[in-house]
Amino acid sequence: MSPMKVSASAFAIIAASAFSASARDQLQIAGSSTVLPFATIVAEAFGEQGKFKTPVVEGGGSGAGRAALCKGVGEDTIDIADSSSRISQKDIDTCKANGVTDIMEIRIGYDGIVFATDIAGPDFAVEPKDIYEGIGAKVAKDGKLVDNTAKTWADATGKLPAQDILALIPGSKHGTREVFDTKVVLAGCKADGAYDLYKAASTGADDKAKDKDAEKGCYTLRTDGAVVEIDGDYTETLSRLAANKNAMGVFGLSFYENNTDKLKVATVSGIVPSTETIADGTYPVSRPLYMYVKKQHIGVIPGLQEYLDFFVSDDMAGPEGKLVDYGLVADPKLADTQAAVKAGTLMGPLK
Amino acid sequence: MTTLDMTGENAGTGRSKSLFTADKRTAARNAAERRFRAYGVVAITLAILALVWLLISIFSTGLPAFKQTFIDIPVTLDAAVLDKAGHGNPDEMASVSTIGYGKLIAKALSAEIAARGIDTGKMKPRDVAEMISEESAATLRNMVLANPKLLGSTIQFPALANGRIDGYFKGRVTMATAALDKNTSPEKLALADRLVAAGMMQTRLNLGFLTMPDASDQRPEAAGLGVAILGSLYMMFIVLVLALPIGVAASVYLEEFAPKNRWTDLIEVNISNLAAVPSIVYGILGLAIFINFGGLPRSTAIVGGLVLALMTLPRIIIPTRAALKAVPPSIRDAALGVGASRLQTVMHHVLPLAMPGVLTGTIIGLAQALGETAPLLLIGMVAFVRDFPKAPPMGLLDPASALPVQIFNWTQRGDPGFVERASGAIIVLLVFLIVMNTAAIILRRKYERRW
Repeated sequence: MSPMKVSASAFAIIAASAFSASARDQLQIAGSSTVLPFATIVAEAFGEQGKFKTPVVEGGGSGAGRAALCKGVGEDTIDIADSSSRISQKDIDTCKANGVTDIMEIRIGYDGIVFATDIAGPDFAVEPKDIYEGIGAKVAKDGKLVDNTAKTWADATGKLPAQDILALIPGSKHGTREVFDTKVVLAGCKADGAYDLYKAASTGADDKAKDKDAEKGCYTLRTDGAVVEIDGDYTETLSRLAANKNAMGVFGLSFYENNTDKLKVATVSGIVPSTETIADGTYPVSRPLYMYVKKQHIGVIPGLQEYLDFFVSDDMAGPEGKLVDYGLVADPKLADTQAAVKAGTLMGPLK
Repeated sequence: MTTLDMTGENAGTGRSKSLFTADKRTAARNAAERRFRAYGVVAITLAILALVWLLISIFSTGLPAFKQTFIDIPVTLDAAVLDKAGHGNPDEMASVSTIGYGKLIAKALSAEIAARGIDTGKMKPRDVAEMISEESAATLRNMVLANPKLLGSTIQFPALANGRIDGYFKGRVTMATAALDKNTSPEKLALADRLVAAGMMQTRLNLGFLTMPDASDQRPEAAGLGVAILGSLYMMFIVLVLALPIGVAASVYLEEFAPKNRWTDLIEVNISNLAAVPSIVYGILGLAIFINFGGLPRSTAIVGGLVLALMTLPRIIIPTRAALKAVPPSIRDAALGVGASRLQTVMHHVLPLAMPGVLTGTIIGLAQALGETAPLLLIGMVAFVRDFPKAPPMGLLDPASALPVQIFNWTQRGDPGFVERASGAIIVLLVFLIVMNTAAIILRRKYERRW
């Protein structure tokens, strides 16, 4: 066959495929990199039963996943968006504008956020207040806001080990950062007293505006090198921590549980993070993980309903399931979720 | 120091010194030359050291990926368990899930350990079963479903060992780290040592690394490059089939037929610019044109191939035009002189003579495309793909992965077992690139003609 013919037939194939777009028989999932390992574990177990093909799972981040979900309805759009934060009204509106009107929200479980240091280092037992006093830009001192100049955790808090402050926190593109900000930084800021001082200093018109200013103040972290934002994955945080033994890193519980030989975890408010303490709510820093499903694809893409049922089944997301082995915190209300998935319940309006 | 000022101290009259004793200025020039040479040597040494360091680190972490620890277990495929209907029909037997097969393997392992009188210490049967990779259940199930005749027989089944056990024999896991590790325990490692002593467990060459598909975070020991290699091959095929003919046709037209005017100048400038456009831009283009507009499926080899073909086109056109230019005009004049048409001149004489250059350019272009990750990020190829794509042409429309993307993917996994696999994949990619570049060099050496 001459080169001309080969390329002509190649074009023919491409042209034909562009129009026929042969029926997709494989689920497509994209979104949060925190949910990604769980989604791949389920996809693998789902595919190896042989009834359906293994779903294709992409990472890319919660926001990117939801944006892809809301692109429209049809085989060239994804079926499920994994998300480590709740969908926003803006996303729902975009979805609606593009014809994605039926979205199911499935809470698959919880993920803990842990503070970990090098395995050889000293033990840490922190409160959100201690973290804030270590990394906040300004702290309360004798009733005044002063620039945070503490060099070691001992300087900052008066009780933690005298280890240099170097906090590796997730960058702002991560869903984890949101939880870290609200549950650790803001809580610590309030406990420290800096929140009230920020509020008192605010020139906002009413109480609401002042609260907003105070929150903004609290979220301002040190810029003198004591805080490093990591935009990559937890593997990057881990390698930074390996390079600098003084650092304290923020990790997801599942990542920590698979690297317990290298990391030492800090207790928060006296509680050791584990799937149990997070499930019963005693460990304070956790967040729910979600899947957002395009219900219009159920019955169109083979295996979607079955995959969802399989994901929330006791064998996977249940307290004894595979995902818990990997570090997911099982949802105590999983039975409700299972029923909702079976019934195909759509998500209600955001509260 | 470098000025050629002839009015200086030594100019003209004062030439009292012999030529053998260097005067001040010559000494300065010689010193400058020696310094320059020293800089060069230092630069090259640094480059070589960096390369050696890179290779040593990649090979030392990556080579273990080609070996894997297996537990050889005699498994009796009990027909009563695996085929309850008793018809030997694979469709009916599919109702037994991998969990059923997992239990069968676990039981066989426990039985074999007991039969050989190996001490399991205080370990429960469940802990012993955790030493086997979860993947082995799926492997066994596929084996039985593909060949129902195996039912009832006892087969020697090489089950993959769990990633941590495997890591122990590769030095990644030690007794000390195992004591801290939630996913394994020193007792398991001690039992693994006894199994090795009994000849049941062995770390040996694992071709599965090249043939098996990707695996999830729970089974790093089973992850392989099969889908990625196949996906990369599909994409290279598409790039070759599209970019080579179009690129050569475009270069021949521009070089031999096109009139020289403002338009062709503009095209020429654009081709040079396109060759320098960052590859991620082609990814955005591919997403917009092929997926959003053309409706091609995401994560597929065809979209990846099309994007890479676009990216490779200018990189083929530029060396092809250079090769055509290098053919002396006398060849053309001679052909035209004996009455050949311009097309005949090009097809019979110019193009064949330029072919070594064209092929070299093409192969180097392909090698670049093979290692490209950025554009594939945007078209959904950085994905967990476990099913092998079908044979072409329809398989081009199936989801696939690619080698560089698989490396990227593995470096982000939480389980430490993926570090060695990412480095192993880099070795595979390097081998592919070296083979391609060597082919280009051989072609050039063998067929290139100088006039």
